[in-house]
Amino acid sequence: MSVDTATVAKIASLARIKVSEPELAAMVPELNGILAWVEQLAEVDVTGIEPMTAVIENHQRLRDDVIDADPLTGGGIRDKVLANAPAPEHGFFGVPKVIE
Amino acid sequence: MTNLTDLGVAAIRSGVARGDFTAVEVAEAFNANVAAAQDALNAFIVTTPELAVDAARRVDAARAAGQALGKMAGVPIGMKDLFATKGVQTTAASHILEGFTPEYESTVSQKLWDAGAGMLGKLNLDQFAMGSSNETSAFGNVISPWRRPNDTAPLAPGGSSGGSSAAIAAQLCPAATGTDTGGSIRQPAAFTGISGIKPTYGRCSRWGIVAFASSLDQAGAMAHDVTDCAIMLEAMAGFDPKDSTSLNLPVPDWSAALSDDLSGKTVGIPREYRMDGMDEEVSRSWEQGVAWLKDAGAKVVDISLPHTKYALPCYYIIAPAEASSNLARYDGVRYGLRDLPDGAGLQDMYAATRAAGFGAEVKRRIMIGTYVLSAGFYDAYYTQAQKVRTLISHDFKNAFTECDVILAPTAPTAAFALGEKSGDPLEMYLNDVFSVPASLAGLPAMSVPAGLSREGLPLGLQVIGRAFDEQGVLNAALAIERRAGFAAKPSRWW
Repeated sequence: MSVDTATVAKIASLARIKVSEPELAAMVPELNGILAWVEQLAEVDVTGIEPMTAVIENHQRLRDDVIDADPLTGGGIRDKVLANAPAPEHGFFGVPKVIE
Repeated sequence: MTNLTDLGVAAIRSGVARGDFTAVEVAEAFNANVAAAQDALNAFIVTTPELAVDAARRVDAARAAGQALGKMAGVPIGMKDLFATKGVQTTAASHILEGFTPEYESTVSQKLWDAGAGMLGKLNLDQFAMGSSNETSAFGNVISPWRRPNDTAPLAPGGSSGGSSAAIAAQLCPAATGTDTGGSIRQPAAFTGISGIKPTYGRCSRWGIVAFASSLDQAGAMAHDVTDCAIMLEAMAGFDPKDSTSLNLPVPDWSAALSDDLSGKTVGIPREYRMDGMDEEVSRSWEQGVAWLKDAGAKVVDISLPHTKYALPCYYIIAPAEASSNLARYDGVRYGLRDLPDGAGLQDMYAATRAAGFGAEVKRRIMIGTYVLSAGFYDAYYTQAQKVRTLISHDFKNAFTECDVILAPTAPTAAFALGEKSGDPLEMYLNDVFSVPASLAGLPAMSVPAGLSREGLPLGLQVIGRAFDEQGVLNAALAIERRAGFAAKPSRWW
């Protein structure tokens, strides 16, 4: 499968990356080179093989249902959460107007 | 008096404990080396000399008070700038995180500070750990302290942990953290004549490490020798309830159990790693490694890892897929860069921020990942790759019924020059050919220096072990280290 300019523009839009026309033109052959190379995986017989879900067998666990058991990941730290936000407003993350 | 920056982890720790020198003296000696090399090597993104001295003061005070000292007491280290460090800028070498100052400390770095280590600074790396030469950093290339004879062309320190490898080789720090997603600890270690171990997936907590490909990312230790790596890894590893894939297992005392006696052990040599057109010097170094392991008492057998040739393409689907998902968080809202063009709405802000913040290689991988996960292509690419990954893992399981560890080269060549491979992404990806399979299978693997190429550049050998058998890996690496007697250092030109 190879991609054309329109497809690459669509991928960039899905990935939320603004790409200029010249960048787009440069990406098409690069991505096609990589995709053509990974396509060799199609020749592997995977009949009856399950896709990997965990590389090292481990069991899923639940944490104890205790509020703020770990202060690092607990609540009540609004100012810390906002400390690195580029445009915090009134104790919230600020974003451009979304609803007209 | 001993030149303190010649010393490694074990020697510093015991010298401080005995009172031969103080931890503050050690920190100041390394701080001086860091400052003197920064312009030439660019190994650090930020330096924190005061933090190194503060930690050293605490160790000296603890010793004076007769308190027990930690595993890393008095050892100043470099911290790859992928680990969140409270109050110190953490960037993943990306413009999109420039200025990001975490309010929390990663589990691994916290464990190291708790063990008595101090931080010399945050080490440069490939942007979001995506690269094999440290040329994708938004903060400039790291220059290897190694050079070819009579040639000043700057060489790659490897990647992505290129700041870590260059800093250790140049004696700016005795040890450093690394992370390894497809070879990012082992390949830079090989390029710079140092040792580096990636433990079993899950040994070290990923909490607070900037995520690249979560099913592959694993932190590990980089240092001058095997013993130092073992000590540092003991301080880094351990169960962490904040990482859902953390292994709930005790951390063995690897350094105490080190032994280069391989009697009764079997070493496997994977025939698929002997590739057409293989570099002659790398091939010879591999044969030398086989002879050393036999000398250490091991039996050597040929093994087969039939799906080896599919490991790289498999990796270059899975890693970008996970990256595209992980890096969706950089949106210009919660932290890091925001680019808000005049009159832009939310979607335009996302797209402009990510265009301005991510480097070319990061964008390339996000695009590949987005494509292989998109509707209509998911099964053909991603599901197929995960099935192939299962087969690669089976290959290793089968091989380990016949052998205890596997010996292979770490990288296909010695260090290349900066710019030599950066024009062609595929050619750069091929540098990971020997390191990626163990990553896909989550296995512990280590690079140890084996000798010098004709051009006087370091060559590394790689030992891959069974899941959870870091001890077997460390012991085989120690057997190589003792027989290789690698003592070469880059001559100081900076």
